[in-house]
Amino acid sequence: MLTFEHVSKTYATGAQALDDICLGVEEAEIVAVIGASGCGKSTLLRLAAGLDRASGGRIRVDGDEVAAPHPAIGIVFQEPRLFAWLTVAQNVAFSIAHLPRRDREARVAVALEGVGLADHADRWPRALSGGQAQRIALARALVARPRALLLDEPFSALDAFTRADLQDQLLALWADARPTLLLVTHDIEEALVLADRVVVMRPHPGRIAAILKIEAARPRDRLAQEFEELKREALRVLGLGRSAAA
Amino acid sequence: MSEARLLAAGETIEAPVRRPARGSLRPLLLGFLLPVGAAILWEIAVRTGLAQGRLAPPPSKIAATLSELAANGDLWLHARATLARVAAGFALGVLAGTLFGALAGASRVARALLDPTLQGLRAIPSIAWAPLFILWLGIFETSKVALIAVGVALPIYLGTLGAILAVDRKIIEVGRSFRLSGFALARRILLPAVLPHYVIALRSGLGLGWMFVVAAEFMGASEGLGYLLVDAQQLGKPAQMIAAILVFAVLGKTTDALLVAAVAPFLRWQDTMANTEA
Repeated sequence: MLTFEHVSKTYATGAQALDDICLGVEEAEIVAVIGASGCGKSTLLRLAAGLDRASGGRIRVDGDEVAAPHPAIGIVFQEPRLFAWLTVAQNVAFSIAHLPRRDREARVAVALEGVGLADHADRWPRALSGGQAQRIALARALVARPRALLLDEPFSALDAFTRADLQDQLLALWADARPTLLLVTHDIEEALVLADRVVVMRPHPGRIAAILKIEAARPRDRLAQEFEELKREALRVLGLGRSAAA
Repeated sequence: MSEARLLAAGETIEAPVRRPARGSLRPLLLGFLLPVGAAILWEIAVRTGLAQGRLAPPPSKIAATLSELAANGDLWLHARATLARVAAGFALGVLAGTLFGALAGASRVARALLDPTLQGLRAIPSIAWAPLFILWLGIFETSKVALIAVGVALPIYLGTLGAILAVDRKIIEVGRSFRLSGFALARRILLPAVLPHYVIALRSGLGLGWMFVVAAEFMGASEGLGYLLVDAQQLGKPAQMIAAILVFAVLGKTTDALLVAAVAPFLRWQDTMANTEA
């Protein structure tokens, strides 16, 4: 439902961030994009979010061309980016302010329940921890019921424990409405835990190097033997086996 | 004895904020300690002959002057005249400063056009404007209010522009990702985000307004606290001088406190030093 057709992006400085990216993401699919810094993965997401324009090619969601932020697409950034002057509940309600009060409050309540922060509804953002704030950001994006959700390294600023916890929460939330997820991450394990397919990108210029398909059913046990093998395989494909200095 | 226990998942504890209870007198009393203490010491010094009370009259004499002025209605007359000028000048200055600041903040072209000129004007000291304004606008109220308005407008222009340019692009992007129109973006995100910075600009504008009103009243006024000052100088009445200065201080501080109180409910959310442990 989300397609990238020969998408390229060159910045005014001359730097080419993306070169001829072709990718199709299915309905309710979870696709992770990984790659070294500078491979253009965040640029790809920003183009899909309509925050920047592609230099060449086009991006479509359900057939519509994406040239500006599209109503069917939501985005969660690396930082929570909550509005400091609004309470948690008001933050979550931000995108549905036009709805009648009862609907709005109901949806906000459901969203806050979904991230386990219903009792924080009247708190100020300054009172939240990093993990809590990111969960509220997630709730804020999901309350608008996007058909596709873009996540730009959403958990990279958090510690390992919180990260694993939020990955599980994201899966639980996804299981509900099943939006299409396009997740950029630099954490290979995160990609393997969540995704149906893992897109590997290489920089200079940014292009797709490989796409791994992951058959294993979710939820995937990080401690299981199977997962270890999956990881081993992935690292091998990525060429990240024994370090070069041997 | 408090019991220790593990927090349930998602539970947090907010650190207790040690702030004096609302309405507590302690900071207020401490604030008065210095001036009141100095006044008492000075009174004692003059009474015991340690100091000459001619050029720097003791507090008792100043208090007498003040009550005399209050009794014959002069105090209110002059205070009201000055307050009216500050109010009018401040209102105009806020309007102009905010308008130009918002314009320059919104448009790069406007900024390039306006900023150099306004920055240049800002460098001109207040007193320098007074003779020109009197020449153009006469010696009555118009020139005074105009002088105050100019003095107020420039720091507010600067503050508004600075506030807009300092808004984090990241939260603007959140607004864009929710497809907010330009106007909605400005109203729902830009405005609340610039408020703290803007309030600081308002307070400094108000302070300058009080400064400019003195300059205005020095240059030919027949009433007002500045007039009282000039009058006291010409008639050799130091007590009246200090009384006028005291009233300036009280009015200036009170108007500032009113401004702060008026905007406080809109700034409760701030995560700054002012809102945490005292």
